[in-house]
Amino acid sequence: MSSYQELTARQRIPAMFDAGSFEEFLPPSERVASPHLAQLDAPVSFDDGVVVGRGKLHGKVVFGAAQEGGFMGGAVGEVHGAKLVGMLRRAIDEGAHAVLLLLESGGVRLHEANAGLIAVSEVMRAMLDVRAAGIPVVAVVGGSNGCFGGMGIAARCANTVIMSEEGRLAMSGPEVIETANGVEEFDSRDRALVWRTTGGKHRYLLGDCQVLVEDDTAAFRAAAIDAMLALRGGEVRLTLAGLLAEQALLERRLVDADGLTEPMDVWGKLGVPAPNKVPMLEADEFLALAAQHRATVETGG
Amino acid sequence: METLKYRFEQGRCSLAGMPQLVGVVGSGNLEVLIEPAPLHGACEIEVRTAAVGFGATWQAVMADFHDRWSLADARISINDMGATPAVVSLRLDQAVESLAPVPTGFPHGGTP
Repeated sequence: MSSYQELTARQRIPAMFDAGSFEEFLPPSERVASPHLAQLDAPVSFDDGVVVGRGKLHGKVVFGAAQEGGFMGGAVGEVHGAKLVGMLRRAIDEGAHAVLLLLESGGVRLHEANAGLIAVSEVMRAMLDVRAAGIPVVAVVGGSNGCFGGMGIAARCANTVIMSEEGRLAMSGPEVIETANGVEEFDSRDRALVWRTTGGKHRYLLGDCQVLVEDDTAAFRAAAIDAMLALRGGEVRLTLAGLLAEQALLERRLVDADGLTEPMDVWGKLGVPAPNKVPMLEADEFLALAAQHRATVETGG
Repeated sequence: METLKYRFEQGRCSLAGMPQLVGVVGSGNLEVLIEPAPLHGACEIEVRTAAVGFGATWQAVMADFHDRWSLADARISINDMGATPAVVSLRLDQAVESLAPVPTGFPHGGTP
């Protein structure tokens, strides 16, 4: 077993794609770094914190990206976003079998202000364009920086989100909530609370991620292949029926969580017995339990 | 930010292969981009560092690096966020090893 969480973006690419198959677009030697950071006299990275390119997954041509959480928390600047968008558009042009996004990001890179905000919105648009072209998009969230802000929304534009328990997915990060609303609202130093509200188990129970795996590179790769093969057989485009079903899921969640502030209470409302034991369960045990109680999108055929 | 440039002439060991990037630009860390380049046998290093005023330390670390590897026709570019000299040395060695197979035994001038 080898941890996915502990790998850098450049280590994750060969761990997820078929050996030796990945060809990087705009590699670091092209030195396409952030002009905004340079203006601010801040350190830049030669790849602006993201690896994009084309490789093979289970023998199929799959385009992909990996965000580097170690560089500015994986935050999306103008160049970083443009690299993602360019890769996504090329995936459409070349008729990719699928797109695999290894996400780890705090969201918009605030140093780049509007350029970063626009970049994230363009990434979302491009992801939906890929799906509209009939190409499935699979997102993986398993890095220690989690996936927050605009990239949290972008992750949910994918067909399938694969997470580990250690992965975190949300809109506002814990520190942001505490800063804006006070420690009484959310104590960002309470790590158990942080994982209960943003971690993989919570997201899986609420229906925000479709696959939960152990923090293991082989498990993530196998899940990505399974997701790709399953999605290729079905509808990957946004449909009205799909959106209505998603809306119904969210409406049920509002009702279920009404008046509750503690995730364990929400799990209890879903019918999970002894929700206080959930954080300690091993992946297999948890999946068996969650199968009976987790919220899912009912498309009604 | 501070930009520091070094050039070591008449290296003995040239590199082969595609450019490689090792390390991440994070607190106390750095990224090292290493690539073969026609430099008349020299090795050029450019450092962009967030820690201003450590030129003498960088000079010593780079001289040590050149003693160890004596690279020829190599360009090394560094983005640094305050890595310690030991981390810089390890990353530089990692960069060289990612491009060229390590010769048997210890590299030039290295001690066990």
